[in-house]
Amino acid sequence: MSHHHHHGPEQEELDENGVSRRFALECMVWAGTGVLWTMAGGVPKSLGLIGEAQAAEGASKGFTFLQISDSHIGFDKKANPDALKTFEEAVGKIKALPKKPDFIIHTGDITHLSKPKEFDDADKIINTLGTDIHYVPGEHDIIDETQGKAYLERYGKNTKGAGWYSYDHNGVHFIGLVNVVDLKAGGLGNLGQEQLAWLEADLKGKSKSTPIVVFAHIPLWVVYPQWGWGTEDGMRALDMMKGFGSVTILNGHIHQLIQKVEGNMKFHTANSTAFPQPAPGTAPSPGPQVVPEEQLRSKLGLTSVSVELGTKPLAIVDSTLAG
Amino acid sequence: MTFDIGRPGIRRAVIIAISAINLALGIGFFKASLALAEGNAVEVKIDNFTFTPGDLTIKRGTTVSFLNEDDIPHNVVHADHKLFRSPVLDTDEKFTFTFDTIGTFDYFCALHPQMKGKVIVTE
Repeated sequence: MSHHHHHGPEQEELDENGVSRRFALECMVWAGTGVLWTMAGGVPKSLGLIGEAQAAEGASKGFTFLQISDSHIGFDKKANPDALKTFEEAVGKIKALPKKPDFIIHTGDITHLSKPKEFDDADKIINTLGTDIHYVPGEHDIIDETQGKAYLERYGKNTKGAGWYSYDHNGVHFIGLVNVVDLKAGGLGNLGQEQLAWLEADLKGKSKSTPIVVFAHIPLWVVYPQWGWGTEDGMRALDMMKGFGSVTILNGHIHQLIQKVEGNMKFHTANSTAFPQPAPGTAPSPGPQVVPEEQLRSKLGLTSVSVELGTKPLAIVDSTLAG
Repeated sequence: MTFDIGRPGIRRAVIIAISAINLALGIGFFKASLALAEGNAVEVKIDNFTFTPGDLTIKRGTTVSFLNEDDIPHNVVHADHKLFRSPVLDTDEKFTFTFDTIGTFDYFCALHPQMKGKVIVTE
């Protein structure tokens, strides 16, 4: 595991929110397998091993949920000729877990080209789990002729607008946001005024001790604007959550693990189950990264989050499809 | 004045009428803006999340084809959402559009909006 201290414009942007934030830990972790972060009182602490995480999970009276992302069903190019198979392997990993997750969130790019058959194939595999799945769309899920209506017909029950919603589970407030619609030329991900107004109303009256988990496809903070890896108005959403004691932000889109802790907020992006993408700025473009076949599964994976009630640490464990 | 756009495979002889304004803008203008294409079909390649040429000047009535050579789908959308919006282009798929209106048309990829290009249509 190596640490890369990032000093991009996004840090300054975040710092503008308060003096204390200047002293907040700013660290992106280019993580390997099985990195666990736990957070207590806003202070992140790396426990390092999956074994410890499972031990902690076992003692918890809380619950576990899983994040799966960027399955890109239909992708068949050099970086992974069979994205359906690796998705199936990921689902197999979930089935093999000793403790069944309470639910799964899929942070978008379910399909590669929004084709009905791609959605059908994804559903057929993931529904064998018999677990509730909460979706948000990626830009690849709304590129059919209907520009997202087909996605909403399939996954959008009880959602607002382009598919955003919230729900509560064992005292934790979950918010699924959509930042892949109505993107502007030259811009980043976009939430839009209507969704931001809804979010403000959704958070209103919530106790500040309520743990918040926000999930959306494109990172809500600016990871690398040159590749469009960020959300134009993401800070407006994050500002609304500043007062809460524990905020966890889970994203996909960039097909790699990046973690950042900023005050009471923990940012995390998940691996894809289909293909890796290069680290920011290390390739001419963010296109699919071709790795030797024997390495592919070590670049794909799942994220498990366990919530321990009362003490409010959220432990995030990433595991790969290798081994 | 004749320029040879020396891109392998798409060598095209083009004729540029240099106006006084263009001269004033200097040679940098010509590097950024590709010339008036003779003939009525030109191609814009999409590769590495980039439209090439990103700045294209054509005569009215020219058909432009946008060919996706990336391993990821893209589309081509008029920034004002009025003139054209291509379907999603998978690898090796192309979208063609004939520009019959004089003007400057900014476009982008709605999936990856940092990808931008421009077509300038002249008489």
